[in-house]
Amino acid sequence: MLAMDYRGPKRVRAVQKPMPEIKHPQDAIVKVLRTCICGSDLHLYNGNIPDTRVGSTFGHEFVGEIVEIGSEVTKVKVGDRVIIPFNIACGECHFCRQGMFGNCHESNTEATAVGAIFGYSHTAGGFDGGQAEYARVPYANVGPVIIPADMDLDDAVLLTDVVPTGYQAAEMAGIQTGDTVVVFGAGPIGIMAARCAWLFGAGRVIIIDKEEYRLDFARNYSYCEAYNFEEIGDPVMFIKKITDWMGADCVIDAVGAEAAGNALQTITGRKLLLQAGSATALHWAINSVKKGGVVSIVGVYGPTDNLVPIGNAMNKGLTIRGNQTSVKRLLPRLIDHVQNGVLNPKGLITHRMPLEEVADGYRMFANKLDNCIKTVLMPPTANQ
Amino acid sequence: MKDNKINTPIDPKSIKGWGVDADPKNDPTYPMRDRMNVAEDPNSKHRPDNLQPVNEELLKSIERPKVSAVFGTPEPPSGLSGMIRRQAFKYSENEYKHWLPLILADRVNVMEGIVADMAHGKLPNIWAEKGYDMEWKYNRTAFITKMATIGAVTAGLVVWLSSGSKKKKKGKNKSADRDYLSRF
Repeated sequence: MLAMDYRGPKRVRAVQKPMPEIKHPQDAIVKVLRTCICGSDLHLYNGNIPDTRVGSTFGHEFVGEIVEIGSEVTKVKVGDRVIIPFNIACGECHFCRQGMFGNCHESNTEATAVGAIFGYSHTAGGFDGGQAEYARVPYANVGPVIIPADMDLDDAVLLTDVVPTGYQAAEMAGIQTGDTVVVFGAGPIGIMAARCAWLFGAGRVIIIDKEEYRLDFARNYSYCEAYNFEEIGDPVMFIKKITDWMGADCVIDAVGAEAAGNALQTITGRKLLLQAGSATALHWAINSVKKGGVVSIVGVYGPTDNLVPIGNAMNKGLTIRGNQTSVKRLLPRLIDHVQNGVLNPKGLITHRMPLEEVADGYRMFANKLDNCIKTVLMPPTANQ
Repeated sequence: MKDNKINTPIDPKSIKGWGVDADPKNDPTYPMRDRMNVAEDPNSKHRPDNLQPVNEELLKSIERPKVSAVFGTPEPPSGLSGMIRRQAFKYSENEYKHWLPLILADRVNVMEGIVADMAHGKLPNIWAEKGYDMEWKYNRTAFITKMATIGAVTAGLVVWLSSGSKKKKKGKNKSADRDYLSRF
């Protein structure tokens, strides 16, 4: 089968690989119909996540058709078209039973600080991902959700990560009616977080980034104010000024390790890897939220350390929440929102490429070429 | 400080879906809201019935007693990078001795990948693997400038290093000459 193949920082290709096999009675094999490149894939692509082995296949955003099931799979059958949540969850452990499907304790042998994620290094369990024609899906009784008959596959594939992560970012921010919400990062997750902030009754939503085309996109898609941090000066001062010098009620970090905007953070975090990525957005979030406010983190950082003003977080009495998204928990509600027209996930898609051109897709997304917001990769199997 | 004039105020209530999920009780919110401590969980040690058999080398975090019920299987540790990874997994996730060797192993693994490609008679197509066609198509001027800069810096370094080694050689020869003469 054709699959993406990681060769080293900023080097990927599409090659033929062996078909995945059933390894556990609750496994299923899916034929991939749509798969996306995610902003968090860029941390792997750039070589910033430890234990990313050459030969790995990335891809945690994919939908597909079940083609084979293990002996204990009862909730889905061959031929079902399914949404595959990006995290792998057993549904039975102490954490899954609290709805923390992103923190499953029975799917990742190689690290305890993170649950298992498809195609996201051995630190996240060592599973091959969905940027391929076929993929192994463990715990098929738990994760996969059948795609409603009337749902577009382009909407469905964005329900694997982008929509739930944007939604959970807003949920974790504890938004109350009338709150001012600031989102750092106008990538697909940030744009979706800004859109979802309104669902919780936000009174004002502001997004900050440096890519003008993304800010324009966010204004139209998320109905929010959008500002370029290269034009507004110190973004923390700017937010203080436009919030009567109080700070925002809630701030969302939707950037993570690849943040720009601070030379020290960029050099130590992204170039020298002395930190687990550049923590510029989180730094700004802590400093721009009001006293007693909430910082919600969905941007991905590596497992070591970051330079952030934790003293300010304490002195301001902040609540800081973060997590990998509990996709499975959120899917029923989000499917309703898509079917009712409240959310329009496929409106984020700007590019569609064949899987064979995966290297071009990564380069385009990583370097924000051709006004790229979201790229869908089409495996050859998608047309069969 | 410049105000962005194209940001026009909007009445939130005019946005489809505004407030549909508003919940004054969403505080504390997920994941704290459904918090259950281990003592409250009558079955905190419950595990799935079936465990994936371990048929290949699997590195296990020492912060957990057992292998998880399922795990990924591709790319088991091998070669020099594998040796480094095995060493790293002797330490907990709390230690740099765990993470920094893993990053080193990843870099070693890249070289191993190139060697493996060549051993199979395949020269990696770096241009294609890096997706440079996209830079050429959408970002040509900046791309050419970047490549020219890298080329110039590399050439400068090569010239500088080679002139340094020539001088060293020359100096070495001079002292050798002196030694030769001193013998007479």
